[in-house]
Amino acid sequence: MTATVVALVTVFPIYWMLLSALKPAGEVQSLSQKPWTLAPTLDNFRRVLGAEGFARYLVNSLLVALVVVVLSGLVAFLAAVALTRFRFRFRGTILVMFLVAQMVPIEALTIPLFFLIRDVGTVVPQVGLNTLGSLVLVHLAFTLPFAIWMLRGFVAAIPEELEEAALLDGASRRTVLWRILFPLVAPGLAATSVFSFIVAWNDFLFARTFIISAADNQTLPMALLVFFKPDENDWGGIMAASVLMTVPVLAFFILVQKRLVSGLGGAVKD
Amino acid sequence: MSTASTALADPQSRVRPATASRRTRHSWGRHTPLWLLIPAAAVLLPLFAYPIYQLGLLSVLDFRQAQVSGGEPTRFVGFDNYLTLLRDGKFWSVLLATVAFAAACVAATLAVGAALAVLLTRVSRWPGYALSFAAMAAWAAPAITGSTVWMFLFDANLGLVNQVLGLAGYNWTYDPYSTFALVGAVVVWHSFPFVMVTLYAGIRAIPGQVLEAAALDGASHWRSFRQIVVPMIRPLLVIVVIQSIIWDFKVFTQIYVMTSGGGIAGQNLTLNV
Repeated sequence: MTATVVALVTVFPIYWMLLSALKPAGEVQSLSQKPWTLAPTLDNFRRVLGAEGFARYLVNSLLVALVVVVLSGLVAFLAAVALTRFRFRFRGTILVMFLVAQMVPIEALTIPLFFLIRDVGTVVPQVGLNTLGSLVLVHLAFTLPFAIWMLRGFVAAIPEELEEAALLDGASRRTVLWRILFPLVAPGLAATSVFSFIVAWNDFLFARTFIISAADNQTLPMALLVFFKPDENDWGGIMAASVLMTVPVLAFFILVQKRLVSGLGGAVKD
Repeated sequence: MSTASTALADPQSRVRPATASRRTRHSWGRHTPLWLLIPAAAVLLPLFAYPIYQLGLLSVLDFRQAQVSGGEPTRFVGFDNYLTLLRDGKFWSVLLATVAFAAACVAATLAVGAALAVLLTRVSRWPGYALSFAAMAAWAAPAITGSTVWMFLFDANLGLVNQVLGLAGYNWTYDPYSTFALVGAVVVWHSFPFVMVTLYAGIRAIPGQVLEAAALDGASHWRSFRQIVVPMIRPLLVIVVIQSIIWDFKVFTQIYVMTSGGGIAGQNLTLNV
């Protein structure tokens, strides 16, 4: 009973978002809101997707998030193997640094990063200001510490005998890494990538800072803010845009849900 | 991708003598950890460590608009910037507000998450599924859309909450305390699922016999929770507390969206950087 009530309260904002997105304009901007609608319509979605650039921003956001997920997964996998399978000097220091790195508020680094990206852009225009490449770079940097930290648990859970046997049989290190370890870690990698996806998908601070003049390279969160107007917010449009922004993340979460739990538990073990 | 494969294709792996396969993991090769860490270092050193160094450098310089555009040379001012900040009364009130707000959020998140994790172990199947799904939905909702829908629910005129409570026209984001409470509620809503799911997994991993034995010996629910469950999931509790502190002290999006980046209640440290 209690659980059902808590579940309803928790999910209510999500329900309200979906409901308001489906309501006709008159019912959304109403002084007597009803928790249901008898005339569901896709008008809000049509308006949002028809709005200038929205579809484009959606593609940009997906592109940035997916590139970040793939790159951060690969890099984190290699680093996690190094930090779980080997004992070397400074290993402990490196581990602690990854934990400390997670505590750095990224907002504080916006200004130095802006200068860095501006300067790099003069040499490599693909990752300079106003490019999606710059967003990929910074998100990669901010997702790595947590991804490595969490992946360690998954790598540690694989019996070392597997690699040793393969090495004894004459397999090269590359084979061991990509043919044995990687497939076994893959489910954990999927769980870890949710967090990388969220960081890249949700960000609007860097999108706002780096993408100054190239409107074509804007991302979804900025598009959402466009629907806010002083005193006359288009709530139907805002809610439809919010639904479009929430669905990919929710789908991703449900897909990897089981792995997520074991991964969070695994991050604890050393 | 290319970085990764270049890092691995080091010449050693090809000319490796046949005798190299010794029995321990050293057969991976002595410098392997180095190669494996290079891609991560290649990303993190320039994009994380360097900006932090820059931040430290900027903090001891007189650096304003004129210097940004290159109009004037930068000037070393030592700890003057810090002194200005520390002497500024507003800094202390903002710092205090940040710490109080984050501490309240962490405490509430942990309390709600832990209580629901325990609840989840006691309920039957379908309510359990419902609660898990609801938590997943709240967890997955991006901070920006989550804050947005809460703002709509608490809108002065069009919001459901005011209409149900008959408070038409009451603005929740006008008074600092109700704003903090509202933003805090959103933060907790976003972050309790992590605590709940992690602790639930931990509690489920405790062998049933242990709790049964305690019950047979006459231990109350509360006592077996306090003296058996809590000590057994302590490592998980530690990680959950650390992560909650890390996340809640860095709350930015919710405050930014819900207060439009300022106003009376926008006085949070992360916003003042």
